[in-house]
Amino acid sequence: MNPNARLAARFAALKTENRPALVSYVTAGDPDMATSQRILDGLPAAGVDVIELGMPFSDPMADGPAIQKAALRALKEGQTQAKTIEMVRTFREKDTTTPIVLMGYYNPIYRYGVERFLTDAVSAGVDGLIVVDLPPEHDDELCQPAAQHGIDFIRLATPTTDTKRLPKVLGNASGFVYYVSVAGVTGGSAPTPEKLERSVSQLREHTQLPIAVGFGIRTPEQAAIIGRFSDAVVVGSALVDCIENATTPDEAVNGVHNLARALAESVKECREVHEPQVS
Amino acid sequence: MNQPAIQPDINGLFGQFGGRFVAETLMPLILELQAEYDTAKDDPEFQRQLAYFQSDYVGRPNPLYFAERLTEHFGGAKIFLKREELNHTGAHKINNCIGQVLLAKRMGKKRIIAETGAGMHGVATATVAARFGLPCVIYMGSTDIERQQPNVFRMKLLGAEVIPVTSGTGTLKDAMNEALRDWVTNVDDTFYIIGTVAGPHPYPAMVRDFQAVIGHETRAQMQEKEGRLPDSLVACIGGGSNAMGLFHPFLNDASVEMIGVEAGGKGVESGQHAASLNGGAPGVLHGNRTYLLQDEDGQIIDAHSISAGLDYPGIGPEHAWLHEQGRVEYVSATDDEALEAFQTCCRLEGIIPALETAHALAEVAKRAPKLPSDHLMVVNLSGRGDKDMMSVAHYLGEKFK
Repeated sequence: MNPNARLAARFAALKTENRPALVSYVTAGDPDMATSQRILDGLPAAGVDVIELGMPFSDPMADGPAIQKAALRALKEGQTQAKTIEMVRTFREKDTTTPIVLMGYYNPIYRYGVERFLTDAVSAGVDGLIVVDLPPEHDDELCQPAAQHGIDFIRLATPTTDTKRLPKVLGNASGFVYYVSVAGVTGGSAPTPEKLERSVSQLREHTQLPIAVGFGIRTPEQAAIIGRFSDAVVVGSALVDCIENATTPDEAVNGVHNLARALAESVKECREVHEPQVS
Repeated sequence: MNQPAIQPDINGLFGQFGGRFVAETLMPLILELQAEYDTAKDDPEFQRQLAYFQSDYVGRPNPLYFAERLTEHFGGAKIFLKREELNHTGAHKINNCIGQVLLAKRMGKKRIIAETGAGMHGVATATVAARFGLPCVIYMGSTDIERQQPNVFRMKLLGAEVIPVTSGTGTLKDAMNEALRDWVTNVDDTFYIIGTVAGPHPYPAMVRDFQAVIGHETRAQMQEKEGRLPDSLVACIGGGSNAMGLFHPFLNDASVEMIGVEAGGKGVESGQHAASLNGGAPGVLHGNRTYLLQDEDGQIIDAHSISAGLDYPGIGPEHAWLHEQGRVEYVSATDDEALEAFQTCCRLEGIIPALETAHALAEVAKRAPKLPSDHLMVVNLSGRGDKDMMSVAHYLGEKFK
């Protein structure tokens, strides 16, 4: 399947179902590659609609303690860019429809070689990229080459991105737009739903792309509230915490899948069940 | 040799190095800072304030001192020391901090943050924050806190909050990660005073401009003493701000050789060093593309140096560019060589240099004896060594036991 098609198809299908997507984040290779593969492979069955797979980096400047530690655990167990791409390839043997977005920082990609990375990522079945430290000012580095390979480049919009800057941020965006709910690092606290809803509707005036909201969303309850006005809800640190707190690989796998299942159920019902109660 | 054009370009690039590799949350802020700095640079009132604090608060100009005894000892080049260690707070760091705090005030920022390695930048930042009445938070690696206790206490006395950073190896790069995390969380009211010629544009150019006072003074002082330009300039390099400050005003003078000295740790071949140019490869970290110590997978490798101020796995992007242009020669000095030069300077000149600075002096020891007596060599005496007493005592004690 053309990689671009997988994200578009998934969001189109969800739109007809009138429900938001659940987007999950885990770091590749956390706590080790074998366990991480089991976690990854089971996410669609747990109800995850779009998978973000973190490429671990030694210096994750935009991440809070949970995802920092996840990256260090993975690196300590010998995770590499090549192994992360391999995990996607293995996943694709069983699942050809769930979109996978690789998320991380530029240096490991740069070091791997941009062309080589994109070629390998496409052949493994990667659909999109989120690279935190590549603002639109550096679109020639990876965003434009990715487009040529048919890989979506998902843009982050933040509370500091004003309406003057939005066109620049959205210019080469594809796949979906990731609205960062708070100025801060991952795993912090989320702002009030009212404020978020306003931000998302402002963002909608500037883009046709689906809008995902992430940073600080931990519980099924929060996910349901945010899923009412966004096209996707991203949960990362809370899932990663399940791995941190596990004492065995099985516990890590079950922990992530159980939370994902609870989040998915909540997200799936959020518009129908709660609609009458929204004033 | 190519004469470098004015750098960086409007995107903050020095050739392929530099740039603005930061999260979107920080982008608007960085663009605002750049606009504000561009205006301030050409504002006579800002320049007047800067000049006032440089003279009456920092104590500039500091001397260009003829080091007669070192010159005799090495028996070659005529050695001059640019006495940055005589500045208020004991290093070149305050030149930059004064400039940035004036900018912070101008932008109406209410809170100052900074990273620090050896603690000299932390002390300089805490100092200007105290002077301008701004609350100040300093991020410092826990390893560095251990080996730079006197500076930690100094910062606290000056009213700063020192936050220990335990991630990674608890050194300068980890402190910078944590400062960036703070900044991204407190974008509205916080000004991040970066201590070296690194980070996203405009920092490398802005810090260079504030530090260029070193080179401008040196130029005038050498003209006055010897009636001509120096023949060579030597400076140590961690991020590279003292070196860039000395070098930059001379970049277009083809006759002036420039030598940057990286921290060779236990030797570049040992893998335990902080020599990004001599032992690293291009990559992207902390907002800029530059040479980095990294593995095959692009993971950053921890630096090693006896000197906390040089213990950083990267280098300012303009240095990376000057390295590729061949305009500046970049060499390295090991821990042992630096320690040797440290003692030579103490005994012959009665000046206790910082361990960082001792790396530059180690290169002088290698180079000066081979040069003629009419060769004018300037060494940036970038900082004083009082902060290093404990580490040096520890190191020498072990060695001579």
